Amino acid sequence: MKNHVWRPLFVAIGLVLLILVVRAFMVPDDFGVWERGYMYGWHRKGNEEDWKKVTVKYKTKAYCKECHEDKVESIGRSPHGVVPCENCHGPALNHPEDPPTLTIDHSRELCIRCHAKLLTPSSGRSKIRGIDPATHNPGAECSLCHDPHHPNLEALKRHE
Amino acid sequence: MNRREFLKRSIVVVAGMAVPTAALELIDPKKLLAAKPELRWVFLVDTHSCVGCGFCVKACKIENEVPYDANVTRTWVERYVITKDGKTHIDSPKGAINGFTSPKIDIGQGHTKEIKDEDIVQSFFVPKLCNQCENPPCVQVCPVGATYQTADGVVLVDRKWCIGCGYCIMGCPYGVRFFHPTFKVAEKCNFCYHRISKGMKTACVDACPFGARRIGNLRDPNDPVTKIIMTERVAILKEEYGTKPQVYYLGLSKEVR
Repeated sequence: MKNHVWRPLFVAIGLVLLILVVRAFMVPDDFGVWERGYMYGWHRKGNEEDWKKVTVKYKTKAYCKECHEDKVESIGRSPHGVVPCENCHGPALNHPEDPPTLTIDHSRELCIRCHAKLLTPSSGRSKIRGIDPATHNPGAECSLCHDPHHPNLEALKRHE
Repeated sequence: MNRREFLKRSIVVVAGMAVPTAALELIDPKKLLAAKPELRWVFLVDTHSCVGCGFCVKACKIENEVPYDANVTRTWVERYVITKDGKTHIDSPKGAINGFTSPKIDIGQGHTKEIKDEDIVQSFFVPKLCNQCENPPCVQVCPVGATYQTADGVVLVDRKWCIGCGYCIMGCPYGVRFFHPTFKVAEKCNFCYHRISKGMKTACVDACPFGARRIGNLRDPNDPVTKIIMTERVAILKEEYGTKPQVYYLGLSKEVR
C-alpha cells in the first residue's frame, strides 16, 4: 500500500501515545478504584483527607464547659438547658484566642424560631410556649423582660 | 491417538473450560474486609421532635462554609400543613434558615398563602439532608470520578476533580445537591465528614436542642441509633428508587416526598 495511506495511521498512533504519556503525568497516583468498587469508589483517595481537614467551627457545649463550667451547669438545669450554647452565642471557632469575644445574637428573630406561636398539632412545637410576634411587644428585644438563661417568667419574678 | 486417549484428553479440556475465571482469582483479604467494614454512618430523624427552629440549617451553613444568604443549603427543614379539604401545603422558606415564624405558607416569588388555624388537621416539620445512599445514583452518573462513596458509606465530592457538569445534581432523586456559588462545583451534605471522622457529631446534630437529629454506626449493634433503626418503625424516603437511603425517619407520613 502507498505511504499516504499509512501516514494518517502513524499520526493517530502518535496521538494515542501522546495522550497516554500525558495521562501518566496528569492522573495522581492515588486515583483509582477504592473500597466501594468501580461504580461507587472510583476517585482520588487523597480527597478523603482533604475533607477531614475542614476546620471545626461549632465546638459543642463540652468545649464551653472547659472554662465556663458554672454557667453550663446552672443553665443546664433551666428549661433552656437543651439549647446548645453556640446556637445563640455563635460558633466558638478558636475562642478565646480567636475571636476573643463571641457575637451573641440578641435578636427577636432568634427567639421566635421556637417561640412564634404556630398551630402544629403533630409536632413537638405545640408543647413550646409561643407568642404572636406581631402583637407581643413588637420591636422589643425579648431579653428586656426574659432572661434567656433562666427563661421561666414566674421564677424570674421571684428573684426580683 | 487411540479412542481411549481421545476421551481422556477431551475430559481434561472440558473440565478446564468449566472452571470459571473467578475461581482462579486470588482472594485478597483486604478486599474482603472492605466489603464488610466496621463502620457505616447512618442518620436518624425524629419528625415528632422537630419544631422547625432551623438551628440545624444555620449551623450547617456556617460549619460547612456555604454562603449564608445564598438560597442553597446542604440541609433544610420542610413544613407540612394538611388541611380539612385534604390538601397538603409544603414550604421551606430559604431552607428554614431562620426557622418557621409565621403561620403563612411560603409559595415562592415572595407570595404567601394564609391558612386558618381551624382548617389545620396536621402540621409538622421534616428535616432533610443527603441520604448517603448505599446505591448513590449521583455517583454513578459522574463522568470524571469526582464524586464517590467512602468505605464508611459517605458520598463526597472532590472539588479539584469536579468539572461542574451537573449530572449528579440532576441524578439525585432527593434534590440534595446544588452548585456551590463560590467554588462552582457540585456541593452536598457529607455528614460533616471532618467532624464525624474526629469522633464528633455533625453540626446539625449538635445544634438540635430537641434530639430530632441523630447519627450513628449501623455496624455497631450497641449503637443507640442502630438499635432504634433495627427495632422501631422507621421509614426511608423514595424507597421505590432502589437507592437504599441511609437516613431513617421516625414518624414519616405519606405526604412526605
